[in-house]
Amino acid sequence: MNETSKRSPLVWVLYGAILVAGALAPMAFPAYTNQMAVLWLMIVFALTWDILGGQMGYNSLGNIFFFGAGMYVSAVIQIGLYHNVSEYTDAAGSGVYTFTETQYFTGIFLGMIGAAIFATISAFILGMVLFGLRGPYFAIGTLGVAIAAGELTGAWDWVGGGSGISMPTFPGHPDTGKYFFYTLMFALAVSVFVFLKWLYSTRFGHAINAIRDDEEKAEGMGIHTNRYKRLAWSFSAFFLGISGAIFGNMTGFIEPLEVAFPTITFGIFMVVMVLLGGKGTLWGPILGAIIFHAIKEVTWTYMLGWQWVALGFLIVVIVVYFQQGIMGWIMDKKPEWFGLTIAQLEAQGAAGDGPVSSDPAEGRVGT
Amino acid sequence: MSQIIGNINILIEAPVFNLSLLLDGLMIGAVFALSAYGLALVWGVMNVKNLAQGDFVIMGGYTAWVLAQNGIHPLFGVPVAFVLLWGIGWVIYVTVIRRVIDQDLFTSLLATFGLAIMFQQILNLFFGSDTQTADAGFPSIFLFDGQVSVPQVKLIAFVLAALLATAVILFMKRSRMGQAIRATAQDPRAARVLGINTDKVYAFTFSLNAAICGAAGALVAMIWVIQPFYGITYSIRAFVVVTAAGFGNLPGVIAAGLGMGVIEQFGGFILGATFQQALVVGLLLLVLIIRQIQQARVRQVVQ
Repeated sequence: MNETSKRSPLVWVLYGAILVAGALAPMAFPAYTNQMAVLWLMIVFALTWDILGGQMGYNSLGNIFFFGAGMYVSAVIQIGLYHNVSEYTDAAGSGVYTFTETQYFTGIFLGMIGAAIFATISAFILGMVLFGLRGPYFAIGTLGVAIAAGELTGAWDWVGGGSGISMPTFPGHPDTGKYFFYTLMFALAVSVFVFLKWLYSTRFGHAINAIRDDEEKAEGMGIHTNRYKRLAWSFSAFFLGISGAIFGNMTGFIEPLEVAFPTITFGIFMVVMVLLGGKGTLWGPILGAIIFHAIKEVTWTYMLGWQWVALGFLIVVIVVYFQQGIMGWIMDKKPEWFGLTIAQLEAQGAAGDGPVSSDPAEGRVGT
Repeated sequence: MSQIIGNINILIEAPVFNLSLLLDGLMIGAVFALSAYGLALVWGVMNVKNLAQGDFVIMGGYTAWVLAQNGIHPLFGVPVAFVLLWGIGWVIYVTVIRRVIDQDLFTSLLATFGLAIMFQQILNLFFGSDTQTADAGFPSIFLFDGQVSVPQVKLIAFVLAALLATAVILFMKRSRMGQAIRATAQDPRAARVLGINTDKVYAFTFSLNAAICGAAGALVAMIWVIQPFYGITYSIRAFVVVTAAGFGNLPGVIAAGLGMGVIEQFGGFILGATFQQALVVGLLLLVLIIRQIQQARVRQVVQ
């Protein structure tokens, strides 16, 4: 099935259309450039969360840690290359520090690389500690890491503590800056998608699916589960670190609790978006991110003051009443669209009813 | 760093300080033990991990605070919060929790996280984000020539917490409903076969949990400060206590709750108040890692 979809020209036209539309969108709607950049960020969030949550069955509530860590690492690199970091944070952005154009772009480039490296390594190290925890303990443990990171960064004066860091300003017209960061986010989201599409079709994808379905058996089959789990988390941390570096520069001001380690906003959004779209699929998280972001923007605009309550309510409703997600729902109704009729029936016959309907990814790899 | 060493020196040179911290810790720990017991109950009976636990506590706290604002003594807030939160707990059970019991554990975790966000934001809209305290107006008792002050209100809170815990334990051991709850915890299917309405038991358990938390919260409002966003810290504390003690182990939960209070008081004094939340979360990670090492040992034995 994978082979046919690769050869069909319609799919390539569709991909091309998305690429062109993505690249031209900020020109068509210049007023919404930032919102659209955040949309690509949300897609990155959802896709990277789904590596663990959907494909590997490890529900992390602390992936936001890599986002924040990347943001701070990048900020420190960008500033530290040309200035003294502690003096800079003491001055609290009072404008005595300047960056030339070359310095700025070199800083961002190196910052993104540093953020990616740091996030990847920290995922690998955290993985050694946290992957011993199963099920909900893993979720709570990762949530703990994210909250602790926010609190500790807030108490660390060298990086500005609770008052944060104002990032270097973009050299040039603000609109150009917006377009620049939009392009970066867009490129990142596209690379995440391409990477994951490739990754899920390799042995690696099958291995982490095996871990999701039954970790003990996967281990029994000779899969080095610990190695795969750590690698999978490192992949998601790699992209999250870069996204943090870009987002920090995009907002222009970073701060530990609300911007860098926002456990109850971005941290929970990524989970909800994936659940909404359908976990364990490639397009589900993207669909979920788009719909969730649209709903969020509308509630933010029209429900002043109550938007957070609406958001909590939305989370509860999605989690309680719409667990299988949009893709899962479509798959239940129209399995033949995915060429899955036989696999689905077999899976249902083999495993009974319950687990299949709650886990839409059953018997379906590499769509 | 030097400040930390200085604080440790103070503790060594003035031993009475230790006593006052210890008493404070025990009295606050009693409240933690209450909310942790509620969590252990829900966790053990219906296998739901409630991340909105701390928000029940904070809601109870605001009940006492509202009463105090209207000239009613906050001590009355304890029974009022108990009843009010019982109702809220029941409504939440019927609308949300009933539907997540059969699903995997992450679902309940996420659903209650969503609830927690909702509650804290509603509280924030109604009461603002300032820290509040319901002043009970009791004087302090001074020991050792006034070097150790024990606020009477903390003592009263401690006694009330102990009474409430005893009442709940007696209820669980003696009453018909308590028996039904314990039977359901052991084997829900067998309990159903024997004619226990497990849905009712679940509803009762969850409401009881919310009510206990609410009462504990009313005590918190008197002895400490409350704020709409403090709930998550209480949830994490409850998780630390229950994870450390195991949910079937009631004396363990109480001991761990008291210990948590003491550790937090000493830690807060030595490291400074900015690290308090980080300390709680750090304890959580520590407990999880220790548990994991223990589990790894068990797994090796099985192999």
